[in-house]
Amino acid sequence: MTGHYLVLSAILFTIGGIGVLIRRNAIVVFMCVELMLNATNLAFVSFARMHGSLDGQIIAFFVMVVAAAEVVVGLAIIMTIFRSRKSSSVDDANLLKY
Amino acid sequence: MSTVYMAAGDIPTPHIEYGRLAPVLIVLGAACVGVLVEALAPRAQRYGLQVLVSVVGLVAAFAWTIALGIGDQPHHVAAMGAVGVDGPTLFIQGTILVLALMSMLLIAERTNGDSPFTAQASTVPGSPEERESLVAGLVQTEIYPLVLFAVGGMLIFPAANDLLTMFVALEVMSLPLYLLCGLARRRRLLSQEAAVKYFLLGAFSSAFFLYGTALLYGFAGSVRLSDIAAAISKQGGTEPLLLAGVALLSVGLLFKMGAAPFQAWKPDVYQGAPTALTALMASCTLVAAVGGVLRVFYVGLETLRWDWRPMMWAVAILTMLVGAIVAITQTDVKRMLAYSSIAHGGFLLTGVIATNKAGLSSTLFYLAAYGFTTVGAFAVITMVRDAGGEAGHLSRWAGLGKRQPLVAGTFAFFLLAFAGIPLTSGFTGKFAVFQAAMAGGAMPLVIVGVVSSAIAAFFYVRVIVLMFFSEPLADGPSVAFSPTTAAAVAVGAFVTLVLGVIPGPALHLAQSAANQLFVR
Repeated sequence: MTGHYLVLSAILFTIGGIGVLIRRNAIVVFMCVELMLNATNLAFVSFARMHGSLDGQIIAFFVMVVAAAEVVVGLAIIMTIFRSRKSSSVDDANLLKY
Repeated sequence: MSTVYMAAGDIPTPHIEYGRLAPVLIVLGAACVGVLVEALAPRAQRYGLQVLVSVVGLVAAFAWTIALGIGDQPHHVAAMGAVGVDGPTLFIQGTILVLALMSMLLIAERTNGDSPFTAQASTVPGSPEERESLVAGLVQTEIYPLVLFAVGGMLIFPAANDLLTMFVALEVMSLPLYLLCGLARRRRLLSQEAAVKYFLLGAFSSAFFLYGTALLYGFAGSVRLSDIAAAISKQGGTEPLLLAGVALLSVGLLFKMGAAPFQAWKPDVYQGAPTALTALMASCTLVAAVGGVLRVFYVGLETLRWDWRPMMWAVAILTMLVGAIVAITQTDVKRMLAYSSIAHGGFLLTGVIATNKAGLSSTLFYLAAYGFTTVGAFAVITMVRDAGGEAGHLSRWAGLGKRQPLVAGTFAFFLLAFAGIPLTSGFTGKFAVFQAAMAGGAMPLVIVGVVSSAIAAFFYVRVIVLMFFSEPLADGPSVAFSPTTAAAVAVGAFVTLVLGVIPGPALHLAQSAANQLFVR
């Protein structure tokens, strides 16, 4: 039964990964990263169930806290670049290259 | 279906060895004091107080690290096994602390009251508000606690004995750096772009690190590195869960140290970030990241080394070649040094792959030697300035040697150390790493290493030729002298020379640190 949850978590992780690679809006890219982190949480909780230990569930809490901190920093950075460029597209940020 | 029952009384109180964790706790504590200073002290006193708190915190942490190192043979775990306190870790932590102090000299620099960081990060570049904040002489003193938090994370990262601690340390180290990257005083659009790129790619890679951790947890039932090693030797190393976990974990780790093919962020971030911060990232973050790589591959995955070696060979070869070849086409000094740093990451990986004591000690020595040279080189870059800030483009450096022989000469010395010319620390470091790799049976890696050193020597020497043998520009850059920057340059040059001429004591220190390998 827990195997199904692992498959779901792998699917969510993949969707998130593809989203990071193909979406252009920085906010959406960031949401896809969050999806990947949540897929990881699902995997941790399923494995915890499988092993009959609490470690995985505790780790999921740590991941949530870290993800929240990441949101704070990430949105601040994306806000700053949006204010100076009037765009949050990652394709527009192209001053640094090669 | 198994159900987990646990009464509240079953959870034992964790035992924390505060004495052994003190260096990390001092740095994080100083960061918290810095936040309080920001909230409570009047604006005029903040700069002085923040610099004082940062320097005192870093020096105290370094002194405590030394005390731990010379006390009883350090080979312990602390905090219920979550953190390892052993020879290699203390060596890495000491190196990080000294390099952070040196970078602090650049971060706290103020020529004519100008900090290298923006006056007010919230203002839009080019707006009237920005001009007002510059005229008012505001300073963003929050950078000091942010730097200390980042350094605290860097100290935990190579010491973390389980993957959860390592993940938290990774984020504690990265999140402040993402912010700091976007706070340059000049060329703010570049700086903000660097911050966005670093943040999005960094978050992406830490998601990989975490999923790798989840898979290894599924494989071993624990995230403790020693448990993972035990599970590998018990169950054999062919489980798909294990191999996928190791691959994803490696992506996260190799991204942090900027190994190819995960190096794309490095040139952009190094170029866009304020140079003082680039010095911190190029030295301390690299040392911490390589320290983490060493611990994971020497402790957790040591029994699996026949499986990860081919992959790491490919990564090391690619990293050395990409760094050396792409650097040739660069026209910006910071970007060129970023590619050089990628190539050096490849040299470091050859030491990691050796998985023996010589590999560990030579990597430790290389890290220290490279760190000092890098901070010195970036310190020189902050001194050479045009009207609009630092002279980034290489063509602006033409003929600098004729007008400022001392500055150009020191920079040339650093470049020769990067290239690995004898009598500099770069030569000793490369020699030690390649020797260890050869003893570990990685002859092809050593050949690629020597070839890419030769390629890299070309663009280092090209800069030297440009500085000394071309005519100075009429409106060429001037050298902004400040005592703190000059001190950073002097320390960098002195250590580079000493480690090149009499490397014995430092090599011996690295060897005795690596003597017992990592604690499990």
